[in-house]
Amino acid sequence: MAVFKRVPLIFVILCCVAFYYADMSFPFVLNQVITRFIRDGVMVLALIIPIRAGMGVNFSIVVGALCAQVGLILALDLGLGSISGLVFMAFTGVTLSVIVGVIIGLCLNRVKNREMITTIIIGFLATSIYQLVFMVGYGTVISPSNPEIMLSRGIGIRNMVDLELFRNLLDTLWLLQVGKIEIPVFMILLVAAFAVGVHYITMTRLGKQFTVVGQDHEKAMTLGINVGRVRIKAIVISTLIACMGHLFYILNIGMLNVYTAQMNTDIFSCAALFAGGATLVNARVGHAFLGILLFHSLFILSPQAGQNVFGNPALGEYFRSFVAYGTIGLALILNAKHRDLGHPNFSVSNQVIKNKG
Amino acid sequence: MNPKIQIPQLFIIGFLVLMIGIAIHLEIPMGWIISDALVRLVMNGVLVLSLMPMLRAGVGINFGLPIGVVAGLLGLCISVNLRLKGIMGLSGAMVFSFPIALVLGRGYAAILNRVKGREEITATFVGFSFIPLMNFFWATAPFSNPGMLWPIGGKGLRPVIGLKSYFAKALNNLWMVQVGELKIPIGLLLFFALLCLLMVLFFRTNFGRAMTAVGENAQFARLSGIDVGHVRTWAIILSTLVAALGICVYAQSYGFLELYDAPLMMAFPAASAILVGGSCGRHTRMGHVVVGTFLFQTTYLISGPIANEMMLPEVAEIFRMMITNGIILYALLYEGGKNNGSV
Repeated sequence: MAVFKRVPLIFVILCCVAFYYADMSFPFVLNQVITRFIRDGVMVLALIIPIRAGMGVNFSIVVGALCAQVGLILALDLGLGSISGLVFMAFTGVTLSVIVGVIIGLCLNRVKNREMITTIIIGFLATSIYQLVFMVGYGTVISPSNPEIMLSRGIGIRNMVDLELFRNLLDTLWLLQVGKIEIPVFMILLVAAFAVGVHYITMTRLGKQFTVVGQDHEKAMTLGINVGRVRIKAIVISTLIACMGHLFYILNIGMLNVYTAQMNTDIFSCAALFAGGATLVNARVGHAFLGILLFHSLFILSPQAGQNVFGNPALGEYFRSFVAYGTIGLALILNAKHRDLGHPNFSVSNQVIKNKG
Repeated sequence: MNPKIQIPQLFIIGFLVLMIGIAIHLEIPMGWIISDALVRLVMNGVLVLSLMPMLRAGVGINFGLPIGVVAGLLGLCISVNLRLKGIMGLSGAMVFSFPIALVLGRGYAAILNRVKGREEITATFVGFSFIPLMNFFWATAPFSNPGMLWPIGGKGLRPVIGLKSYFAKALNNLWMVQVGELKIPIGLLLFFALLCLLMVLFFRTNFGRAMTAVGENAQFARLSGIDVGHVRTWAIILSTLVAALGICVYAQSYGFLELYDAPLMMAFPAASAILVGGSCGRHTRMGHVVVGTFLFQTTYLISGPIANEMMLPEVAEIFRMMITNGIILYALLYEGGKNNGSV
């Protein structure tokens, strides 16, 4: 496994280089990283359990994010504010994400070995259904009760919805000022609580079942584990965490980009997890946290570094997207080799696995 | 293998009939629809065709299509930079993109051969990460034709380059025949037919048969003395080459050269088209390519003006995305279900 420690190391080196050229003050970068940490932390945690259950990266956390947005828009539409609104949107989001989680789980049980590509496509499909509902359905089929969130033509929700009612409800709670660095203690504790929760789940009986299913389906079946059910549970938990994570993300930003806020959440979270040293067969909370720190530091630094070195901020942007996609690609390539060496079963073609089964 | 019409085909045919009904109701001229459908068939057909070698060799759907597309775009850029015009310009672009596609395809194949059983997801991310990498190149490339560069500063290529004064519609207008209000692009159709024929003939050769054999059963192929890695490598290179040709045809038909993030999502409509045609993993035939592209692209085509008439132009795009991904998802689930059944 020592091979995979290379990835975080590469990120540390890249961060140092970018920091040298970006010429930004350290407190500023640290503040930014803390903000990103509380925004994206929970989202990254959502990926851990499916990986442990051997289903690879769950790119359909986008669907969980969409559930959160649906809850939020409904709360706004009904005119619910502050705490009651928060409770309502969390409840709606969680209910929805459990339902879609089960559906996604059922889908994924049909496509063993091709889960990741399927989750990507599910994410795309869900995004277009969501767009259809809120861009076209609202005002035609569904009648809105709050005209302020609608476009002036009467059909479709506005692209940008302000969340004034909810702003600074959570992220300024217990705000600590240390020199130039602001620490939103409550939010950090919240992310930490989710981390502890995920870690706790991996320790329970269910968590052990995830691990067994992740290693070998046949072994799990001989142990009397219902593989399909366990896999569905993994996806439901993942979607649920993603929903909560996205809720925190939107609340922290303070406004909702109705049609684009969910974009790339899957890619960035996944890249962050791999940057922290996770692999396709092993992911832990530690990987997630290290990954967020490294990946987002690079994300903050690279446009400025691109500007200073090449005189063109766009190059830094390209570098960012390359890092995001490239990290995932690299992890997929490296992992395949590891599987080849470790488990001879995986090196032969699908055909043989099929015949064996 | 399965001659039965499946749900995606039924769905898309039903949808198409419905839309043609609406189009007639809205008095959108039929001649325009048919002429444009023929153009769009070839415009996207070559890209769809490029998926075939990899599917046949059992490598899966080529979600890394952007790699071949980038090779083609490079060829097109070289051709525009040399200010080649008309058919010369287009064939120039194809010739220039050939060696680039060969090299990129070779590297791409090396990656995919390392990740057997997980090709599709890896291909997706190799394609995705190749695009920002190429963005570096487009932003700094040493091209000199001022028509391609940013007007201010004169450094880096524009995101959209008009081909009007070079070879836009060069192939579209070749031997164009006007019958009543119908325009039939004979040259374009002949070109597509020739490519399809070459592909069919290729799969009749010994090497082509070996490719099919590897797709059907890699273990068996290995036992009968076929070098599986070698065959897969060439299937991937062939896919990349045809994809490069495909974007050349697409760009001349579209009239614009789109760089930067434009190729990012190109693989998905192409994959969807071949799946609508009835392709089922390893059993992919030429008929699937042609029928699938025609059905899929015609739906794309008609949905535009209809949505405009309904004053909701975004709907067309959303519907397209939904159909594209819905079909791919259905195919994945359908194939997956079949595999589970046979275990």
